[in-house]
Amino acid sequence: MSGLLIEGSTGTWEVVIGLEVHAQVTSNAKLFSGASAEYGAEPNSQVSLVDAAMPGMLPVINKVCVDQAIKTGLGLNAVINRTSVFARKNYFYADLPQGYQISQYEKPIVGEGVVLVDLPDGSTKEVGIERLHLEQDAGKSLHDQHPTRSYIDLNRSGVALMEIVSRPDLRSGDEAAAYLTKLRAILRYLGTCDGNMEEGSMRCDANVSVRKAGDPLGTRCEIKNVNSIRFVKQAIEYEARRQVELIEEGGTINQETRLFDSRQGVTRSMRSKEHAHDYRYFPDPDLLPLVLTEERIETIRQSLPELPDAKKQRFMEAYGLSAYDAGVLVAEQETSGFYEQVVTASGDAKLAANWVITELFGQLNAAGKSIGDSPVSAEALGKMIGLIKDGTISGRIAKDVFAEMVASGKDAEIIIEEKGLRQVSDTGAIEKVIDDVIAANQDKVAEYKSGKDKLFGFFVGQVMKASQGKANPGMVNDLLKAKLG
Amino acid sequence: MTSLTGLTMAAALDGLAKKEFSSAELTAAYVKAMEQARHLNAYVTETPDQALAMAQASDARRAKGEAGAMDGVPLGVKDLYCTKGVLTTAGSHILDGFTPTYESTVTQKLWDAGAVMLGKTNLDEFAMGSANITSYYGKVESPWRKAGDNRPLVPGGSSGGSAAAVAAHAAIAATGTDTGGSIRQPAAYTGIVGLKPTYGRCSRWGIIAYASSLDQAGPMTRDVTDAAIMMGVMAGFDAKDSTSVDIAVPDYRAALEGSVKGLRVGIPKEYRVEGMPAEIEQQWQQGIEWLKAAGMEPVEVSLPHTQHALATYYIIAPAEASSNLARYDGVRYGLRVEGDSLDKLYENSRAAGFGAEVKLRVLIGTYVLSAGYYDAYYLKAQKIRTLIAEDFRKAYEQCDVILTPTSPSAAFAIGEKMDDPVAMYMQDVFTVPANLAGIPGLAVPAGLSADGLPLGLQVLGKAFDEETVLKVGRVIEKAAAFSARPSFLAGE
Amino acid sequence: MSMDKATVANIARLARLKLSDDELDLYARELSGIFGWIEQLQAVDTGDAEPMSSVVERLLPEREDVVTDGGIQEDVLANAPDAAHGYYVVPKVVE
Repeated sequence: MSGLLIEGSTGTWEVVIGLEVHAQVTSNAKLFSGASAEYGAEPNSQVSLVDAAMPGMLPVINKVCVDQAIKTGLGLNAVINRTSVFARKNYFYADLPQGYQISQYEKPIVGEGVVLVDLPDGSTKEVGIERLHLEQDAGKSLHDQHPTRSYIDLNRSGVALMEIVSRPDLRSGDEAAAYLTKLRAILRYLGTCDGNMEEGSMRCDANVSVRKAGDPLGTRCEIKNVNSIRFVKQAIEYEARRQVELIEEGGTINQETRLFDSRQGVTRSMRSKEHAHDYRYFPDPDLLPLVLTEERIETIRQSLPELPDAKKQRFMEAYGLSAYDAGVLVAEQETSGFYEQVVTASGDAKLAANWVITELFGQLNAAGKSIGDSPVSAEALGKMIGLIKDGTISGRIAKDVFAEMVASGKDAEIIIEEKGLRQVSDTGAIEKVIDDVIAANQDKVAEYKSGKDKLFGFFVGQVMKASQGKANPGMVNDLLKAKLG
Repeated sequence: MTSLTGLTMAAALDGLAKKEFSSAELTAAYVKAMEQARHLNAYVTETPDQALAMAQASDARRAKGEAGAMDGVPLGVKDLYCTKGVLTTAGSHILDGFTPTYESTVTQKLWDAGAVMLGKTNLDEFAMGSANITSYYGKVESPWRKAGDNRPLVPGGSSGGSAAAVAAHAAIAATGTDTGGSIRQPAAYTGIVGLKPTYGRCSRWGIIAYASSLDQAGPMTRDVTDAAIMMGVMAGFDAKDSTSVDIAVPDYRAALEGSVKGLRVGIPKEYRVEGMPAEIEQQWQQGIEWLKAAGMEPVEVSLPHTQHALATYYIIAPAEASSNLARYDGVRYGLRVEGDSLDKLYENSRAAGFGAEVKLRVLIGTYVLSAGYYDAYYLKAQKIRTLIAEDFRKAYEQCDVILTPTSPSAAFAIGEKMDDPVAMYMQDVFTVPANLAGIPGLAVPAGLSADGLPLGLQVLGKAFDEETVLKVGRVIEKAAAFSARPSFLAGE
Repeated sequence: MSMDKATVANIARLARLKLSDDELDLYARELSGIFGWIEQLQAVDTGDAEPMSSVVERLLPEREDVVTDGGIQEDVLANAPDAAHGYYVVPKVVE
């Protein structure tokens, strides 16, 4: 149970959260026009006459955006609606040139589904998906370019978004964060959204309410446009406490839209949105109902990649990994791919998992890099692990070798040769070192023989030190035992 | 010999082909006619220089033997079609100064076929009206007068400028658009031919939207043959319009030659509306007789839900319009009236930019879509629309075409029927059902009222069967031998 | 049915139409008349008729995912009442 329970003065409160995620569909062109959907360009340079809502312009839907929505729906184990309808959501805003957004209302392309969320304590939780629909993104208003004017850039206007609405199944900021992490992983595995929250290709609105255990749902507030997973968690935690305090002070929650101020870590009412909305949805008469054939859905189903849950299961079964390790490795598709390459190159799945999770992630975290920028290739890491397995180097020396690989980019074998780090497994050579150590520590030998067994470790240490760590530790143990009697 | 402006399109094309005159000569005659007809206010924008340049280019093409289907023919273009580099107003103040950087698909097809643009014709603001009295650029006058009465008459609407221009010989033909009768009703009022094609037959791309699920482009011409010629050029699939339908465009002109013998003409019993003038009724009966004489068989059909078509239309069209017109906000084009906030800018610009009828319909549309009213009005209207379409489907199991009057009366004087919007809306009672059902409809002049004004008959057809509609229209045209001319004719 | 001024004011606000008091009166009167006439539809038995959004009984056409448009900033801004540095300009929006 990872639910956040808030102890108020009147009892224990439960937090109820549903998330609406806006995920930009990965596509070349926009949802209803042939302008580029790419991020970051000169203002109004990726705008067609359709996107600028010039008189007489008409929308024509992008096939790939439809396919991406279907693919995402299948990835979320959701119902794909054979017929869906595009509707106009009418409201006025500077970055909404048509005066309406083409969205889907009563008949979305994707219906109910489910996401299995991996919680920090290692447990999993099913979170329901209510729907997924396709819609147009709005343009962008810049408010800080001029003291009294706002500037409007329509480059994003008309870019395809998937709005993915969860059921109110989440019970804490941590759960919300875990849900978002998992959802993002699924989208990235599918290649339907790059999940880049900094560039706004994934944004989140959180509906938060509180209630006493067993009570009906409380009035919710919607926190708009939170742009990082960490902020979603913070915003929810702040908002839940605010609601509990307000209710316990005798106040009531107004259903309203709030904004998260990440600098101060608080949510604030958006007064500008206070005016009651009446979106007057109706089917867009410029478009026809979107009807999907079984063949189309089936073709896309066949093309689905192995998704995180299935991959995790396979890693546990095929590689004997723990649920935790498997979960860590599948969290990002790139990591899981990297890991599997290491397994192939090394021939040892468990060692590979340890090295990727502990050593490689340690290095990457310290350097603030992602797996894509790893200074050591999967092939190189795999080979190095192979050298541990075949006894060329010891596990301890391997850490030094790895550090050098990170620093220099050289292959393990070269580093081992250059630095003479090859493990000594020659009985004669090790015996000679042992003999020297015994000769130099006659007093300790006497003590050991009189029963001070603990000194055995001292001798091992001395031998390893004298061999500069290169002696095969297993052989050192065996030979020492024999020599010391 | 008939003056150049007295020629039909077919005759003009013939003369051009035989080198009896050039397009430059023909166009010059029309530029002059357009000037002579200025008191009608049929044109918002005249483009004589462009017309003459296009005519010269046409003559050059013809000299090389590359003439298109309408090469050298001077046209009026309803100012709802976006024309590249030429002011496009939709008859509204809100589009002040708007000069498109693009050309509508249908006008582009016309230019590709060699046609010449004389100018942009006046219309009811955003095509909302039945009398052409709501244009920001002023009312349009019909070239007709009642016998013994010199009061100016309305040309009908919304394509009133196109109708007046064609009737007054200030254009050979013109484009119109028809959302609830805006081609057929003004055609009937001015004694010309107007065809509303099947929804999806002509591209809507680049035509300023009024009600997207009903709007269709179509020709307004001197006679049925001209309509067939022009329709062949205007029709066709357009990948830029998702509601455009991809089926081959037939040879409409060739279809006129076919026989109508044995075709069944449906006479809807519910169209004998209360208070319909006797002369309209008589004209209708006369039409049935003409078709019988040509070998067609009249059958009574029932369209029980069409009595609700007009009220249904006045929910659906304003609903779509309220959304279509949201883009006119003073930000990207057209009129801007500043305000100290964005909302004030919107409210000021839209208050100043839209006329009274547009505001009224935007209010109707906003209301019927708003929370709590959607089901009772909009959804209900959509269901009735289904029933109306179903009525036609069933009727066409019994007949090939349907014959009705085009409008319940002849043209009225400017200033009449202005106090009561519903009375004005009634002008479209016979035309609106075809838009709701998406079927083609042709208005053909058939006779004169007691006052000496044109009365029209309407031939409705099955979806995408404009050929039969035109063929039957041609039979009526021949039988009627309508030769009356308006009191004003340019170029005479 | 009769429509009061407050209702008209509310829908005018939704439609971003600034109406004078006289206009509110006028439209309240005209809308009352029109909706009184439209009221006839409530008596129509629509049975299980599906609502019709389009008469076109065809599949929604879909285009390929190819960039074929854009790069026309000049055209996009050509008719703008106020533009600067490649942007449309409006009064400052306060959030």
